[in-house]
Amino acid sequence: MTDALLDPRSIHLALVGAPNSGKTSLFNALTGSRQKVANYPGVTVERKAGAFVTPTGRQISLVDLPGTYSLRGRSPDEEITRDVVLGKFPGEALPDLVLCVADSTNLRLTFRLVLELKRTGRPLLVVLNMFDIAQRRGVSVDLEALSAALGVPVVTSIAVRKGGTAELIRLTEEFAAREQPATADNSWAPLSIFDLKALQREADRIIRDTVKLPSKPDSLTTRVDAVVLHPAAGLLILALILFVMFQAVFSWAQPLMEFLSDSFAALGTLVHDTLPDGLLQSFLQNGLIAGVGSVLVFLPQIVIIFLFILLLEDFGYMARAAFLMDRIMGGAGLHGRAFIPLLSSFACAIPGIMATRVIDNRRDRLTTILIAPLMTCSARIPVYTLIISAFIPATDVWGVFNLQGLVMFGLYAAGIGSALAMSFVIKFFMWRDYQPAPFMLELPDYKLPRPRSIAIGVYTRAKMFLHRAGTTILSMMVLIWFLASFPQPPAGAEGPAINYSLAAMIGHFLEPFFAPLGFNWQIAVALIPGMAAREVAVGALGTVYAIEGGKEAADAIGQALSSKWSLATALSFLAWFIFAPQCASTFAVIRRETGSTGWMVVTFLYMFALAYVASLITYNVAVAFGAG
Amino acid sequence: MDMPASDPAKLLLGNAPRGFCGTIHGLDVQAGGSSLSEVELESQLIEMGFVEGARVEILHEGAIRRDPIAVRVDNITIALRRREAMAVVVIR
Repeated sequence: MTDALLDPRSIHLALVGAPNSGKTSLFNALTGSRQKVANYPGVTVERKAGAFVTPTGRQISLVDLPGTYSLRGRSPDEEITRDVVLGKFPGEALPDLVLCVADSTNLRLTFRLVLELKRTGRPLLVVLNMFDIAQRRGVSVDLEALSAALGVPVVTSIAVRKGGTAELIRLTEEFAAREQPATADNSWAPLSIFDLKALQREADRIIRDTVKLPSKPDSLTTRVDAVVLHPAAGLLILALILFVMFQAVFSWAQPLMEFLSDSFAALGTLVHDTLPDGLLQSFLQNGLIAGVGSVLVFLPQIVIIFLFILLLEDFGYMARAAFLMDRIMGGAGLHGRAFIPLLSSFACAIPGIMATRVIDNRRDRLTTILIAPLMTCSARIPVYTLIISAFIPATDVWGVFNLQGLVMFGLYAAGIGSALAMSFVIKFFMWRDYQPAPFMLELPDYKLPRPRSIAIGVYTRAKMFLHRAGTTILSMMVLIWFLASFPQPPAGAEGPAINYSLAAMIGHFLEPFFAPLGFNWQIAVALIPGMAAREVAVGALGTVYAIEGGKEAADAIGQALSSKWSLATALSFLAWFIFAPQCASTFAVIRRETGSTGWMVVTFLYMFALAYVASLITYNVAVAFGAG
Repeated sequence: MDMPASDPAKLLLGNAPRGFCGTIHGLDVQAGGSSLSEVELESQLIEMGFVEGARVEILHEGAIRRDPIAVRVDNITIALRRREAMAVVVIR
């Protein structure tokens, strides 16, 4: 490792552990916000790396490897963990020290992994994480005896508590300061069933000799599960959680969003009043400020949805949701594990599609990838919110619900329903004679989420969204402003300037194709930059109408639309956005994940066909009911 | 391994009702209808803690055809389908 040569004091760590071992919260505790999320080159498994400095000033870099129960590598994630630990992953430094993280309340599976890791010859340090919870439950560990039995140093940690990792850092420091011992030979080979059983027996023997376990399972988890995993009550609770989540996204974020949009409108007005009329004024107010503002406004909603997803995950509820949904999803030809990728797709299809790597079976994974873009991603929220608040009255329904919230719920339900139907179609036509893959998942004990860890998770995602807003979306906004502003109208021309622009030409060219859906040329124009990211369509509509209307501020897009569109057009536009193949990055990810352009084209075409037909039907039905 | 039918105390975990409590007698990966290869299924079951002598209890079952099941294996809880649980031979 070149870094080590330049600075002999820095070392590189790798975190290895079973799923639910608290690896991620330990990683967050050690690195804080000093982390970088990227992809391993060539594959789309998430690579989480970070760094921290010890009290004595030593630089430590660490990487959080995908969770695994063994080095067998039965999924692409697990192969990465194996290859990095063995030093066989191209471009990845061989870790100087492997931290094997164990959930202290559940040592059996991790100890077998420790025994397997020992065979790789890498220096090891076993971290008994969540030690406070284990102690509270009556687990007691003879650390010295355990360390002797495993032949590996053992340290306890409480990732959630301040100073809970001090001992771990001290031991790492000691290790780094020592003369590096010649590493033992790597004698690891894939384990046979016989080896596997022998290792498990040895792990069980070590636990018997050194650990005192409580006789009773966690009573809180048992009591909660009695309700949460109940066949009827459990599904009801799941539906309730999802419903609360969507109401929250719609109503809690409202005050913050209004504040943001007011601020951007004020900034735009300030620029308008300060600068002389002309291209620069128009660019800053209508292109830059209005464009970025109309996207940034949705940050509160994205934060809320990720907050929910991360909270559910940290509570330990996600695995329960997969359990409850397994047969229901199975009926539609989906694997229970597909629930997590599909739920993540509510935030964004891209992490969702990437999360399908938890599904081992290729065909199950492919089905999940194909339908993931139908889940209502957060980029559709700006579009839905805009149209709903402009066209749907905020009346109470049955005194409890808000009509706007109900329409939002309906749009989400339409996405889910069509995804399940699509999966059924795929299963029926493509893989009729195929056995579904097994479903085997640990249901971890419930744990109180750690606020700091959740905060770091939400922060990382918000940063990713802002980064996207700052690059892709901003450049698209500048492009649409350019298309809408050039060429300038000839001297003495009549009507709004945009009627002479490139945007109008493209819009008029596409208009006949979209006319049956009730779309005017302005919508056709807005759909084009929407290909970069769905939410851009909102900013684009703002630009198109703001420029056309001359003085209309972009924060009044909704009012502008409600005066220019019929209800039928608005509903048709909503229907289009449920299905439309709108986001280019999603298709790039599908191509990468499936390793085939063919599947990407299939996804694009089927979504386009669904969107066109759905909008066509919606528009004509709405017109027939007099909403035209 | 004895066929479960030959001993009234033995049965397959996949056939056991909710509330069943027992001990794992062994794995018989030929018994189930899993789509996994036999070696893969056996490895996965062992990795999840389904080894001889482990105490099992069926805690929960799904709404549709009582599937999947949540099984307490010693001190952890594993969710799996009855189809794969057929490979686990248990004694009451």
